[in-house]
Amino acid sequence: MSTPLLSIRDLAVEFPNSQGTVRAVDNVNLDLWEGETLAIVGESGSGKSTTAHAIINLLPGAGKIAGGSIVFDGKELVGASESELEAVRGSQIGFVPQDPMSNLNPVWSIGFQVEEAIAANNPGLDKKAVRAEAIAVLQKAGLADADKRMKQYPHQFSGGMRQRVLIGIGLSANPKLLIADEPTSALDVTVQRTILDHLATLTKASKTSVILITHDLGLAAERAEKIVVMYRGKVVEAGPSLEVLKNPKHPYTQKLVAARKAAPRKEHMGTDVAVSISNISKVYQIKGSGFKSTPFTAVDNVSLEIKRGTTLALVGESGSGKSTVAKMLLGLEKPTSGEIKVDGKNIAGMNSRELFDLRRHMQPVFQDPYGSLDPLQNIANTIAEPLVTHKVGTRKEREARVRELLDQVSLPWAISSRYPSELSGGQRQRVAIARALALNPELVVLDEAVSALDVLVQAQVLELLARLQDELKLTYLFITHDLSVVKIIADRVAVMNKGQIVEFGSTKDIFSKPQQEYTRNLLDAIPGAKLL
Amino acid sequence: MTNKDFHFVADIDKTQVAEIDAVRISDKPTNLYLDAWRDLRKRPMFYIAGLLILLVTTVAFFPDLFTQTPPNDNCLLANSNGAPTAGHPLGFTRQGCDIYSRIVHGTSTSLSVGLIVIVLTTLLGIIFGSLAGFYGKWVDAILSRAGDIFFSIPYILAAVVIMSVFSDFRNVWVISAAIGIFAWPSTARVLRGEILRVKQSDYVMASTAIGVSRFKILLRHVMPNSIAPVIAVTTISLAAAIVAEATLSFLGVGLPTSTMSWGNDISQAQADLRTAPQVLIWPSLALSITSLAFIMMGEAIRDALDPKARAQR
Repeated sequence: MSTPLLSIRDLAVEFPNSQGTVRAVDNVNLDLWEGETLAIVGESGSGKSTTAHAIINLLPGAGKIAGGSIVFDGKELVGASESELEAVRGSQIGFVPQDPMSNLNPVWSIGFQVEEAIAANNPGLDKKAVRAEAIAVLQKAGLADADKRMKQYPHQFSGGMRQRVLIGIGLSANPKLLIADEPTSALDVTVQRTILDHLATLTKASKTSVILITHDLGLAAERAEKIVVMYRGKVVEAGPSLEVLKNPKHPYTQKLVAARKAAPRKEHMGTDVAVSISNISKVYQIKGSGFKSTPFTAVDNVSLEIKRGTTLALVGESGSGKSTVAKMLLGLEKPTSGEIKVDGKNIAGMNSRELFDLRRHMQPVFQDPYGSLDPLQNIANTIAEPLVTHKVGTRKEREARVRELLDQVSLPWAISSRYPSELSGGQRQRVAIARALALNPELVVLDEAVSALDVLVQAQVLELLARLQDELKLTYLFITHDLSVVKIIADRVAVMNKGQIVEFGSTKDIFSKPQQEYTRNLLDAIPGAKLL
Repeated sequence: MTNKDFHFVADIDKTQVAEIDAVRISDKPTNLYLDAWRDLRKRPMFYIAGLLILLVTTVAFFPDLFTQTPPNDNCLLANSNGAPTAGHPLGFTRQGCDIYSRIVHGTSTSLSVGLIVIVLTTLLGIIFGSLAGFYGKWVDAILSRAGDIFFSIPYILAAVVIMSVFSDFRNVWVISAAIGIFAWPSTARVLRGEILRVKQSDYVMASTAIGVSRFKILLRHVMPNSIAPVIAVTTISLAAAIVAEATLSFLGVGLPTSTMSWGNDISQAQADLRTAPQVLIWPSLALSITSLAFIMMGEAIRDALDPKARAQR
């Protein structure tokens, strides 16, 4: 091929704001040849999605292309009329959106939505042919008995199945280019792997070019021949995947690659038991029709021990029951059976006074940095709340303690009078950690505490957590779905599946010689695991 | 970048990597209410409504600043339905009383009914709505059904019935109670819905894990975060309450004719609608402008408190 299928030159995209305009994408150049897969990698706000949306001119809100050219298959797309773009969208360039939960219309059946896409791109087709084609598309997307599935609605599909449908729709018109915007970031790793494998098989067969947008450098290197790294709206590095990964030249790429490698961390194996969980189960009654309800076992006979001063990672996919275990340990949910002992004392037998005192010794940090701080309380009040609640110290002493805590999580005192909306996700999570540490707890339960953060911020928070553990002799229960994080932070790992613990051992053992099929699958599914 | 295997690296000086997650804070602290307040001050509607409300309130508290003419005494039948004369800018009613003076002196009645109703509905609405939303289960079942019963009866109709029963005790307090007692469910519903949303948030769970009591969580975290829509609804329903008072007085079941009120004046103007329309028009205008001012204020507050609406402007 002498000319690329897609060629972007000096692309700039601007969004208006109160002060004028913000350049979200600046001076972006890239080439994509037929049959090639290219990954655009970057953190949130780097302009990677905006670049992709600009290609088909589907910029959100008031964003517009401020300059440059996008040549697709010999046609200039910048400045093309809406009808010209419509002819390209769908039939020539397919699009797979990020969030499978919100990108299918809940009031129409799956079949209707697939047929709609096919009819739009093949105006000549009659109803029967459209239907036959829709079934074929769903079958190709890997849905068993597509025939029956046509009549079902999006809520009857799992996240992975919905993403298959969206990929099917994206590929339904045999486009020359498929843009996949973080197609699997909302899915479990094992589901992610099968979906991406399937996408690769389909596009390879039809020689479709793919632009894969992702925040995960490992995933990009594994799935694409070429990588474009974006940072703050600019392309900072581009080249063949392995070359970029093994020999990163730009400082930003170097940091990204470094963040994926386990930083040296002191291992703690511990001796005495801080928490012992024995045979706990949690059964929920799911309301059915009428007065009937069916029992659902979220946690099934789980036993665990956490040694003092160590980190236990509880790993599992969504719905495995790992967060329920954490909630029961924190006394936010009552186990249906079994007992939890903290420092040798049984939680279940405690009265409210004893439970209140116990809360001084264990504190949680939750996943969502945007949801875990009250937006109407300033940072100082948020961090001081545990102190006020447990009547610790005078006003002056509490202020001094807040100062000390902010210092421990490397935040300036100046933010104490500010509100959470002014802070980034990583900073909020540091505030949440400071609040958790206010009462000098021994045990901190970290429920997906770094999952929502960008890679570099995540590495920074993990480093902070490791440092605090050394300084304050903390015990961590670290709940996560992300095994690459586990490797960095944990001493021991417990793998959960369907409410049960399937494997338990030291991090080294689990990663080097996993005993169970399920654990092996999880480890294999870590994107780019073999490359790094 | 024409070569397929070309390894491109941007000019490192021009694409410096910033410090990771550096703290950048603005000049002024912001949160929902501070932002809303700053946003309000940029809205012309807020100023227009604010000035009108200020004017109406001043008239209500200090009627003597605006007129020296007594509204009821010194009415000369010779002036019946008379045109404006010097010192009587809006003309005379059928009884020969000064219309301008009657409007000025009627303001406090309308406004007090509005305010008393609002205090009543907000109190009932907040108590029932927050308890139902926050504690859920049977508390919610009982309170919500009770609210539904009140909600299913049009409050004007209910007020007509109550006022007819209490025909011997018609005063500002009774009429406000008659309106308020059937108007609270809408406030309660709005608040309940918000609380159901807010109580799911992680910061509520975080406070529970700290050991903060349920009631303190409701007061410190849940209420402040759910009250915003109630503020907007309340301002708008203040206007509705003023109109409701006028409606009841117009129907003859409101305040006694001896009490000065816009509703009474409108009611008494019915008979002379064709011959002397000014007798009807001026008090109606006062009523419309006042309720409009509160509705405009409510809408401005509602938009300012909604970050989504703010972003779209």
